Amino acid sequence: MARALINVPKAAKRGQVIEIKTLISHIMETGFRHDDVGQPIPRDIITDFVCTYNGEQIFRADLYPAVAANPFITFFTVATESGTIAFEWNGDNGFHETESVQIMVE
Amino acid sequence: MIVFATRWWRYALAAALLITAVAVVVIARAEIPLSERHSGYDDIGRDTKAMQDDDMINPATLWVLDGETLWNTKAGAAGRACADCHGQAADSMKGVAARYPAYDAARKGPVDLEQRINICRTDHQKAMPFKFESKELLALATYVGRQSRGMQIENSDERLKPFIEAGRKLFTQRQGQINLSCAQCHDDNWGKHLASSLIPQGHPTGYPIYRLEWQSLGSLQRRLRNCMIGMRAEPYGYGAPENVNMEVFLMWRARGLKLETPAVRP
Repeated sequence: MARALINVPKAAKRGQVIEIKTLISHIMETGFRHDDVGQPIPRDIITDFVCTYNGEQIFRADLYPAVAANPFITFFTVATESGTIAFEWNGDNGFHETESVQIMVE
Repeated sequence: MIVFATRWWRYALAAALLITAVAVVVIARAEIPLSERHSGYDDIGRDTKAMQDDDMINPATLWVLDGETLWNTKAGAAGRACADCHGQAADSMKGVAARYPAYDAARKGPVDLEQRINICRTDHQKAMPFKFESKELLALATYVGRQSRGMQIENSDERLKPFIEAGRKLFTQRQGQINLSCAQCHDDNWGKHLASSLIPQGHPTGYPIYRLEWQSLGSLQRRLRNCMIGMRAEPYGYGAPENVNMEVFLMWRARGLKLETPAVRP
């Protein structure tokens, strides 16, 4: 039940600074822990996150085992034109999740 | 002379007893007065408060959304979803979590919200019950709990009285290798610190909670087991009557406070 929450204003004025908030469901297992019988628990984390605005990359982050479960990533950008803001998370074990939202700029 | 000496001894004994009695009263600070009871929310840091206050940042929202999906998903041999009987959760489940655990006449005792969901599954949906602390059970309990956010906790059902008393007994009873009772921390020493952690009053106002230490969502029973392990006592199993009695007592103790489900705590 992987799931992501995105919060971007639906409309903005041209040139306005907008905040983008993203939250994704992921266990972010560090790979440093052991289970009840002493076996190492394999690493299972999100390794990278990319945000594009009408195809152009505006934000990128590499994630490491120290990042908490259910990573919350928030950042700012300038609203330049109407269109699509797309998000992509990639990680261990072929983890791949995408989301996109529309924004109206006037 | 002998008579005088005997009297002196009696006075000394009476004084000693009086001092002991006063000392006992001072050490065992009684139950927290209702006017002083407050949610653990008031004690957490600014960042944690911000996480709880904004559904967009609160990671428990992920469980609320999963719970909503499950609410509308048909399950079991009966092929029914929760919504087929209960309709919109926003209407039918409003206030429910604020009065749970509730008395179940058929079982002659209290059942908590997670148990009630599983009873519904086995009796009405003819489905397998969810495991305690499974993602599905937590998701449904959180979704149902969310519908009562902001409502006052109350359990005025007379039939719960003996179970409240049983819970109170467990709460005040010393147990475990370090011989502690719940009350010694949460009634007598709330507001002080255990190492760097603040001791809260221990009101279950926001369960299931997203606990940063757990990196996940968990039930009140998980929290109770956690505390008991910390006391080096043998924790009761999930669904054990002792745990449910404790839940009933703690919700009674928190009566009047507002439900915050899903809360965020360190």
